[in-house]
Amino acid sequence: MSAAVAAARSAAPAAATLELSGIRAGYGDFQALFGVDLRVAPGEAVGVVGPNGAGKTTLLRVISGLLRPTAGTLRYGGHDLTAVAPHELPALGIAHVPENRRLFPHLTVEENLRVGAYARTARAHFAERRDRVFSLFPRLAERRHQLAGTLSGGEQQMCAIGRALMSGPRLLLLDEPSAGLAPIVVQQVFALVRRIREEGLTVLIVEQNVAQVLRVVDRAYVLETGRIAAAGSSAALAADPAIRRSYLGMH
Amino acid sequence: MDPFLLEALVNGVLLGGVFALPVLGLNLVFGVVDVIWLCYAELVMVGMYAVWFLYTQAGWPLPLAFAACLPFVAALGVLLHVLVVRPLLRAPPINQVLATGGVLFVLQGVATLVFSTDFRSLGVEMPPMEVGEVFVSGTKLAAFLAALAGAAALWAFLKFTYVGTAIRAIARDREVMPLMGVDPRRIYLITSAVGGTLAGFAACLLVVQLDVHPFVGLSFGPITFMICVMGGLGNMLGGFLAAFLMGLIVSVGGFWWNTEMSYVVAFVFFIAVMFLRPQGLFAR
Amino acid sequence: MTAREILLALPVLAALACLPLLGPPDYFMHLAITALLIALACTGWALMGRFGLVSFGHGAFLGIAAYSMALLWNLAGLTPWIGLPLGVALAALAAALLGWPAFRLRVVGHYFALVTLAAGEIVRILVTATRSVTGGSLGMTPNQAPPGEALAAMQLGKAGFWWLALLAWAGGLLAWRLLDRSMTSKALAAVAEDEDAAASIGIRVAREKLKVTLLSAAFAGLAGGLMAQYRMYLNPETLAGLGISLQIVFGALAGGMYSLIGPTIGALFTIGLDETLRVAFGTQFIGAAPLIYGLLLVLFVLFLPRGIAGLLERRPRRAPAAARAAPAEAAAVPAADPPRA
Repeated sequence: MSAAVAAARSAAPAAATLELSGIRAGYGDFQALFGVDLRVAPGEAVGVVGPNGAGKTTLLRVISGLLRPTAGTLRYGGHDLTAVAPHELPALGIAHVPENRRLFPHLTVEENLRVGAYARTARAHFAERRDRVFSLFPRLAERRHQLAGTLSGGEQQMCAIGRALMSGPRLLLLDEPSAGLAPIVVQQVFALVRRIREEGLTVLIVEQNVAQVLRVVDRAYVLETGRIAAAGSSAALAADPAIRRSYLGMH
Repeated sequence: MDPFLLEALVNGVLLGGVFALPVLGLNLVFGVVDVIWLCYAELVMVGMYAVWFLYTQAGWPLPLAFAACLPFVAALGVLLHVLVVRPLLRAPPINQVLATGGVLFVLQGVATLVFSTDFRSLGVEMPPMEVGEVFVSGTKLAAFLAALAGAAALWAFLKFTYVGTAIRAIARDREVMPLMGVDPRRIYLITSAVGGTLAGFAACLLVVQLDVHPFVGLSFGPITFMICVMGGLGNMLGGFLAAFLMGLIVSVGGFWWNTEMSYVVAFVFFIAVMFLRPQGLFAR
Repeated sequence: MTAREILLALPVLAALACLPLLGPPDYFMHLAITALLIALACTGWALMGRFGLVSFGHGAFLGIAAYSMALLWNLAGLTPWIGLPLGVALAALAAALLGWPAFRLRVVGHYFALVTLAAGEIVRILVTATRSVTGGSLGMTPNQAPPGEALAAMQLGKAGFWWLALLAWAGGLLAWRLLDRSMTSKALAAVAEDEDAAASIGIRVAREKLKVTLLSAAFAGLAGGLMAQYRMYLNPETLAGLGISLQIVFGALAGGMYSLIGPTIGALFTIGLDETLRVAFGTQFIGAAPLIYGLLLVLFVLFLPRGIAGLLERRPRRAPAAARAAPAEAAAVPAADPPRA
């Protein structure tokens, strides 16, 4: 265990700034990110939008340490995240809701939440946070003893977010929360994201659904073929003619 | 009903209980680490020697010898994982199986060098009990009850603890585990320790029923693997049920023919199951 | 077989055939014959093993051929010259009975290995259980031929068995070579890589697997029969069951199952090892031998998954089918930690 994590365990993790600069990364010969700079300050909600295959998921994988960058720096407050094992991130206050949710379908809802509270720092808060998650998502409370694999798509997404919240994060990474959901459910999910951030959580959200995400976040980056093509406040991006044409389907 | 057949049925259930523990251990390790410990029965054999040695040679009280056997075999499981399995996690399955097969020979060799090929007996026997028309060996009944208790303890561990829940989760999705703050390497290690503990537990139950010798593992190792596969590799409940099914086949087969033929019947049954339901008897 | 290969092979065989004429000590001839027969069994195993068809029950085929031959001789007086081919045919038949449903129903990988393990155990237990005719675990001895009829009963001297073993062994290598050049080998290489893809391009997977399995079982049976006849002693532990099956696997793996001569190298290696250990450990041999065997097996898998022959290979030759069927090395060598956590 790194000293940083040990220190973080002694107290509740503090909010910190996530800072990427010049991040390059890829899979074998295939390079997916070509020098990405990105910053998320405490309390912010930031979006990363862009077409399929732009490297959005890769970006989140790099932040959570599932994929190591080949170049660039990746810092969270005083920590160099490239030197932290991915399983130590929850203790630093970072939680990642992966693409396609990745619930454990053969475990019950509550057991999924328990896995989310695996980090030693989180176990003591299990009951309290579980109740908090259930109050955020009353549907989950009704289905707490149901196998996660039997939930509807929207419920699964809520369960996945709930599972991430169980570690008591200050920074929540969300990968395509709207993927594969019906429009009405997408609305609900984004409403929840808004509630979560109103509670003071920092949120970094990666999405293809640009119109929806710009309503939730303060700022956004546009990622195209592994490079930041544009960045700015949600309002500015939503007003940008190029963005409107390419992503918002408006002419 | 024919009292002898009844007795065979009862003994089959008791035997199933004995099979169940190594099956659960093997299944757990396979489900989580995705490697078959071909030397599992030999870990049990080493545990049997440990109990025999501590009890008859070092003069320890039997319960203390049992208590020492569990952590000892658990440590062997950890050692096996660190030295042999971990370096081969990304190797083809055949290499993994062969390497643990090598450990099988190593353990047999060590046992022979240390204890010779003599059959060693604990010399402990509980009086038989008469239940209705049937005589039941007290030792077997005690071992059966202990096996059930062990299985229940394992179930509770997997169901109610953080580590146990993570163990069940990792069997499905390895890659996502770090995001939950779970270090898969640690889970593998813990699983290997639990697998070893179950082998040690099985050793305690077997050593009161069987003489120990370096090759004793071969007498129940193969059938243990088959039960695992029949129940569906990695499917704990399936393995548990299959253990009783095989126990009954062996016992009732022994009643109709003889013990040896009953194993032949059991193995033929296994092959037939593989052909008809390759995913295991209890796959959903 | 190219002409060049034949030209290369014939003098080697001829030279080997002359060995008994040099009047070597009996002990040496004994080791040489044993080594060749084990080499044949290992070669037979690797014939299918190199395509990912891992059998833990080849002992069954040794046992079926050997016991059929010996029982036919002892009970019916049928000469092993006929009994052995019959036994080999029975071994192949057993392989077909096991292999056809297994391959049709797509029992692969761990599952196939365990099915073969069960088969090996079944033969071992059956031999033990029918002790009234087979002698059970005490073993059995083929009846001594009446004077003057030793040759007709295949009860030969060391030179005779050397020639027989040499012929059988050369037959095994020839089969391997012919297989390499056949469509079956290419089909099996494709199957080993991706069974579904292979089936989708029209490869009859079960048929191709069965062919190589029959061949493999036949050579294992031949080796088993010759071993029994040479030793004039049969025992279920050394001719069936998990123990002997794993030893065959060990020989093939140690020598290298992906090259023609690898299993033979492995057999020489195990015999050499056996004898060294016997001399070095004397009465402790029974314990020390498996210990060192096992240790070596582990070390081979960890550090030399292509066996001794793998050391001799010049890396990328013209990518023979067999080598492509062997993802073993590519995957095993850089085996580091689990998915970097």
